[in-house]
Amino acid sequence: MTRDDALLSVRDLALDYGNGRGVRDVSFRLWPGEVLGIVGESGSGKTTLLKLLGGQLAPDAGTIHYRMAGGDMVDLNDLSEARRRHLGRTELAFVHQNPRDGLRLAVTAGGNVGERLMADGARHYGRIRAAALDWLERVEIEAGRVDDRPTTFSGGMQQRLQIARNLVSGPRLVLMDEPTGGLDVSVQARLLDLLRGLVADLGLTVVIVTHDLGVARLLAHRLMVMQGGRVIESGLTDQVLDDPREPYTQLLVSSVLAA
Amino acid sequence: MSGTEGYNFAYLDEQTKRMIRRAILKAVAVPGYQVPFASREMPLPYGWGTGGIQVTASVLGADDTLKVIDQGADDTTNAVSIRRFFARTAGVATTTRTAEATVIQTRHRVPETPLTGDQILVYQVPIPEPLRWLEPREAETRALHALGDYGVMQVELYEDIAIHGKIKRSYDYPVEVADRYMMSPSPIPKFDNPKLSDCPALQLFGAGREKRIYAIPPHTPVRSLDFEDHPFDIDHPGTPCALCGDTESFLDEIVTDDKGGRMFVCSDTDHCAERQAEAGHDA
Repeated sequence: MTRDDALLSVRDLALDYGNGRGVRDVSFRLWPGEVLGIVGESGSGKTTLLKLLGGQLAPDAGTIHYRMAGGDMVDLNDLSEARRRHLGRTELAFVHQNPRDGLRLAVTAGGNVGERLMADGARHYGRIRAAALDWLERVEIEAGRVDDRPTTFSGGMQQRLQIARNLVSGPRLVLMDEPTGGLDVSVQARLLDLLRGLVADLGLTVVIVTHDLGVARLLAHRLMVMQGGRVIESGLTDQVLDDPREPYTQLLVSSVLAA
Repeated sequence: MSGTEGYNFAYLDEQTKRMIRRAILKAVAVPGYQVPFASREMPLPYGWGTGGIQVTASVLGADDTLKVIDQGADDTTNAVSIRRFFARTAGVATTTRTAEATVIQTRHRVPETPLTGDQILVYQVPIPEPLRWLEPREAETRALHALGDYGVMQVELYEDIAIHGKIKRSYDYPVEVADRYMMSPSPIPKFDNPKLSDCPALQLFGAGREKRIYAIPPHTPVRSLDFEDHPFDIDHPGTPCALCGDTESFLDEIVTDDKGGRMFVCSDTDHCAERQAEAGHDA
């Protein structure tokens, strides 16, 4: 694979919230099928970076180039609102830490999964419903719950529903913000298993933000370590976790409690 | 006209009418688009037809004949007051006959008698934004209209089918005008939705409290939203009108006693009276 095949190419990205916080000088490339983990402490700019990638925030400086399904390279920040929104519900997906931010709580599970399809022009009820049922099965939610509202779901089920809702449109780039945060360990393990299977089966390209190094080791091929808005270290996951170079990364790795 | 000295023709001053006419022209030019306008206070409360009455005042001429209907009836409070209001402030002729009217202001019904190209139908609209209950932010609903991003309404219809087995919405049923803008037809029964499409008359919609005017120009295609495998359909109780025997018109259910007695009669009083008169004539 040549260097020009990158799906995502980020250069000198910067955003200052006005108080010196935000992200600075972030550059990286992401190739199709790769899972990139972003780790770091709270306030290090992980989520800000993810929101910049997802187009929810506009950067002060820098560019984010994305290769469209047709092969064209576009700067996400130069796109018109209409194209950005279209991209956001077809090729991109954003999995929020709190499933309540990513779901419509007043709408049934089936409606939640079908929304992206309908927003993209699907007008055949039977086919939308079949897709919804298929995706519920893939994320291990019983078909009988398809007409229940997410408010009646457990936290783990809500998170799996949010994943189904995002993946139904066949996105090429999935951005995940702490997808396992706030779940107990057994539910976390099951979700990680599911995610690992989906990523492998669908060949997804994923950027996953987490402060849990265990999650990072299980899912990510490459890691970026952030501190104070900067990327201080990056490399293959095993390399970064087993042989950390920066003092902060060494501290981070050694802070993990062994069970 | 006694008691109306100092008032301009049809109550509103000419500058206001020009402003409203400009909004109407824009609305006609962009079918289904909600044009903001500087809605005035009118001598009746919001919710009683302040939008419709301002539109009517702006399009009314001295030789027009006005008809006002409220839920199909010419003799309910709202219809009587607005008709009398214009009879006093504009001195125009009024009628209850659909065929004789040139301007018809309506609340929540389209007349059964087919309209002609010489007529204007003015709707009173309480909530002009079809996406209002799905997206509370006005800035966002405008963006959704601008981008033609109407998936969220489709989700709403999906929910109806998933939970009730069919699209349950029976009034204020959203439509797409001229293959572009999604529009609220005002709370008319969905029974009347097919009449909006390719109608020879100009249809104007006025929302006074929300300060919006929108329009369907004559002979504009209007499509009720649906799914390919759950097409738009109208409801009918299946019984004829108890007074005139019409099987095609929209019926009101009238409770006649406290023992379960009820009858179905035409909601359009003019249509029903005309049919009864015809039947009496024939007999």
